[in-house]
Amino acid sequence: MTVTEVDLGRYQSPFYPRQAEIDRLNRWHEWKGYSSADGFYDTTLEYFATRNSAGAFDITPMTKYRITGPDALDFLDRLVTRNMRKIKPGRVAYAVWCDDGGHVIDDGTIFHLQEGEYRLCSQERHMAWFKAAAIGMDVTIVDETEEICGLALQGPTSFSILNELGLSGIDQLRPFGLANYDFNGTDIMVSRTGFTGDLGYELWITNDRAIELWDALFEAGKHFGIMAMGTAALEHARIEAGFLAPFEEFLPAHTTVRTGRARSPLELGLEWLVDFSKPCFNGRRALLDEKKNGSTWRLVKLDIEGNKEAHQAFIFPKKNGGKECGFVTSAMWSPVCKQNIALGTVRTPHGNVGDKLWVEIYYQREMHWSRVMAEATVVDKPFWDPPRKRSTPPEPY
Amino acid sequence: MKSYDAIVVGAGHNGLTNAAYLAKSGLNVLCVEKNDYIGGATVSRNLYKDWFYSNCSYVCSLLRPEIYRDLELSRHGLQVTPYGGGAVFMENGDFLGSYADHEVHYREYARFSKADADAYERYSADVMRQCKFIREFLLRTPPDPASFKPKDLKELAYLGAKFVEMGEERMYDTIRFWTQSVAEYLDEYFETDVIKAALSGSGIIGTALGIHSPGTAYVLLHHYMGEVDGNIGAWGYARGGTGAVAEALSKSFQSYGGELRTVSGVEQILVKNGKTAGVALSTGEEISAPIVVSAMDVKNTFLKCMDKNDLDETFYNRVKNFKIRGSSGKVNIALDGRPSFPALPKGSPLLDGDMHFIDSMERMERAYDDWKDGTWSKDPYIDMVLPTVTDPTMAPPGKHFMSCFVQYCPAKIEGRDWTEEEKEQFGETVIDQIAQYSPDFKDLILHMEVRTPSTIEDEIGITEGNIFHGELTMDQLLFNRPIPGYAQYRGPVGGLYMCGSSNHPGGGIMAAPGCNAAREILTDLKRPDITPVNFGDD
Repeated sequence: MTVTEVDLGRYQSPFYPRQAEIDRLNRWHEWKGYSSADGFYDTTLEYFATRNSAGAFDITPMTKYRITGPDALDFLDRLVTRNMRKIKPGRVAYAVWCDDGGHVIDDGTIFHLQEGEYRLCSQERHMAWFKAAAIGMDVTIVDETEEICGLALQGPTSFSILNELGLSGIDQLRPFGLANYDFNGTDIMVSRTGFTGDLGYELWITNDRAIELWDALFEAGKHFGIMAMGTAALEHARIEAGFLAPFEEFLPAHTTVRTGRARSPLELGLEWLVDFSKPCFNGRRALLDEKKNGSTWRLVKLDIEGNKEAHQAFIFPKKNGGKECGFVTSAMWSPVCKQNIALGTVRTPHGNVGDKLWVEIYYQREMHWSRVMAEATVVDKPFWDPPRKRSTPPEPY
Repeated sequence: MKSYDAIVVGAGHNGLTNAAYLAKSGLNVLCVEKNDYIGGATVSRNLYKDWFYSNCSYVCSLLRPEIYRDLELSRHGLQVTPYGGGAVFMENGDFLGSYADHEVHYREYARFSKADADAYERYSADVMRQCKFIREFLLRTPPDPASFKPKDLKELAYLGAKFVEMGEERMYDTIRFWTQSVAEYLDEYFETDVIKAALSGSGIIGTALGIHSPGTAYVLLHHYMGEVDGNIGAWGYARGGTGAVAEALSKSFQSYGGELRTVSGVEQILVKNGKTAGVALSTGEEISAPIVVSAMDVKNTFLKCMDKNDLDETFYNRVKNFKIRGSSGKVNIALDGRPSFPALPKGSPLLDGDMHFIDSMERMERAYDDWKDGTWSKDPYIDMVLPTVTDPTMAPPGKHFMSCFVQYCPAKIEGRDWTEEEKEQFGETVIDQIAQYSPDFKDLILHMEVRTPSTIEDEIGITEGNIFHGELTMDQLLFNRPIPGYAQYRGPVGGLYMCGSSNHPGGGIMAAPGCNAAREILTDLKRPDITPVNFGDD
């Protein structure tokens, strides 16, 4: 018997041949076994493309499951904290799923493709958990990560580009909607979703058509400022949008070693995703207890004075001395908001909206380190929240 | 007669900034503007079909980030997007690129001279040191060196301390830097003519001086001391054109309860019993206020909008002799497509940057010779950009707006007014120079607007269309700006203030004069200072 050894190198996305052509930076990192670019031309310009015109980001390495069968809805509804019965075909739901202790295992998007058929996309891999959760249900779960590729097209001109691409009816696609469109004679699935907090879409297609999609998209976008975009730019956009990233704002519960390092949805500001009126979902009892007794942690959005980025900073309730009450998980100077922003996690009761906290920032200038205590205000809304994100049809260019 | 706590004259970016701070402090503020649009030279104009022109100022770097943040200009719609790099086209078919990527930039300079490529590092550090020094003072009121008031002594000591902090060697360098010519300064670093020509442009922009004239090294600094998101020296475009800056400022001002009136030019600033009493509009209407803040340039303010009898003789003459000479023009073009530049490699990032067409120091100086002879440069220095490469809002898809800043261009031709024919010829000069490097450029032109210093003055009001409201030479900087003894935003009459770019720290879309003037006004009114402080140590 001859066994083919598993691939020892990094996977290349089906878009890789085109990415390699345009790449000037030669800065790649690993994302779930794939080579993924930090950036292609200039990470600053790529970031601005998502806020000013459009950035195309390769989301192929996302873990993707196809969930089908008569019990698919029951399975998902029991799995996640959100009420999946409200998510009709043609809609997409952001959701989290928890372990029995109410700790978040992961977050992801669930696409209701058609009656009884779903796609779930997440950062991490979950076949073991899903199979266990599916015991006794008539549901089929297939990992289609390596069959389906995806491109996120994000930014104000993204709608005009898809229009130019000839996706008739794309103007009617609402936020968190999905639909199939004719693309060169066959279907392409497009959802109005993304990780930038701006107007944007995700396009999903089988691997064999990746190059065809890339070429058509960049041709359609040539007068609309389309730019390929790497992870560095996306990371900035997602912080401005106030979105959580696994391993930054939370750890998938199954990966934690130390007690108390996992987080509940309530602690992550995701109570709106938890529907206690559902009779059963995993973690319900624990979350009900937490709701009654209070959470330990709270995720906060911080608007920090000055312009020194608060990377890895401790957060204090008072300016001078005292014990810290939390730490920053993601920080940046926001070029579009012109604000010094951060996401952080603090112990309750600290971190109510409007609270003033203090962030201890270390910054380096010409080898020497300096320290500043900067006042930080806890804010409610995403830092970047343009109305175009919500408007249907979106404004054309 | 209607009355306000304060009237700000002119809704340019400094007027609006000043008005916003006064309104934010709780004062009842009216801002009046002579045109039917706001922004002054900070404007986006729809002059042809669906094209928007940044038809005066066209790029943004100096706008103080402290003010940008404090007045919530982002929330009010302002977005500044950086652009990178650029090229100088050479007569021999070569080009000199300027790249955002450090190593690529090194390689490009090394293509001409390894020594110059190395020297660029030292040059950048030396210029950055000067930037760091001057940036400390942008949001501060200059001290009066002849005053013994504690406030002035303290500020003078602060200035001295920052100066001494540089160390002996660098103190000498600094004094030389502030007074020498850009050509001499560049000679200390570089040997390649085209590299010096490329860098010298920043030393003469908006200034009626040549690259060999003393004082032009500082002008270079004025173009380096800005930033985009902490990247000092970077330049960007306001999305939607430069007018987006004024629009955001105006929304901010109005969010604090301020009132804005366009088509309300001021005929005269009224003085009663030696004190400011309000303004008389050209419509005949009089509006009273104990405080009047002029955002106009210093000549307009005192020579045109005040009764000479309200001003002292020496003051009046100093204002008359303030240097605010017309030195540059503007050609704004709507294009049917993107012009090609065959000298640059296909797909090069240089195609997205600014473009220049003078490749030698000799040609730079010759361009100035024409101005001294009372005419426009026949081989001008052009700073050409295509904001629509990154901004999808200023022209239809696939179409472009081209902005050409052109130097030198005098306010008068041999002492007399421009004729229409000469204005056209000036435009042709610009078109021809670009067309030498872009074969399809002329065929793509759909519409163009040619602006000489005098047309800018006629429309916007700025004396001789000088982009900085007065030249940025040592005799007109810091406590000398606009004139000694009046560098703290206070006019010679009680209740009269100045907040335009004729004041420290000078021109460009900086908003610092407007903000600094507001701080002085609030101090005089014994109200809390709500203006932002420097972010510090950047």
